[in-house]
Amino acid sequence: MGGLPAGPVEPSEHDYAHWEKRVDALMVLLSAPERRLLRVDELRRNIESLRPDAYDAMSYYERWIAAITRVLLERGVITSDELGRRIEAVKAREVKA
Amino acid sequence: MSAPDAVAPQFQAGDAVRVRFADPPGHIRTPWYIRGQAGVIERLCGTYGNPEELAFNRPGTPRQPLYRVRFRQSQVWPDYRGAATDTVDIEIFQHWLEPGDT
Repeated sequence: MGGLPAGPVEPSEHDYAHWEKRVDALMVLLSAPERRLLRVDELRRNIESLRPDAYDAMSYYERWIAAITRVLLERGVITSDELGRRIEAVKAREVKA
Repeated sequence: MSAPDAVAPQFQAGDAVRVRFADPPGHIRTPWYIRGQAGVIERLCGTYGNPEELAFNRPGTPRQPLYRVRFRQSQVWPDYRGAATDTVDIEIFQHWLEPGDT
């Protein structure tokens, strides 16, 4: 990464979790020409702006959803307050289930 | 007169170039390890919106010519152990390139 020393490349295919496919779909839908609520360049900027420890700790699609979230906040598509409240609601639902 | 939508290509295949050694803030697609290096234009890929602008949801104009530039691995990496003829191709926008020594 960026010319820094790294481990070996793991070339094997793996199955994607359902949530990972949903993140991919979200990216496709948001960046569609008729909507263009997100550009891939904005996604990359936000992925590369992650703190190094966060970048290393996150998986590929975790980085994507973190970056998508930031773009949607920057663009005013969602607000921090509604996102925060929604996360709390989902957490509460998970605890009950 | 309004600014042109696209910058005209300044280089062609075979031209010697040098990547600018610069470290501006923002979203830069030119890899750090290739800044300041000398290479040769392999081809003009086309003219595209400037990702440094698109990254901030701006129009990306004027669009910039994008080149595939070829570098010698042994020049890029001081401790390179592969063949002296090994090369690496990197796609770089024109505003990061200057004419090189021929």
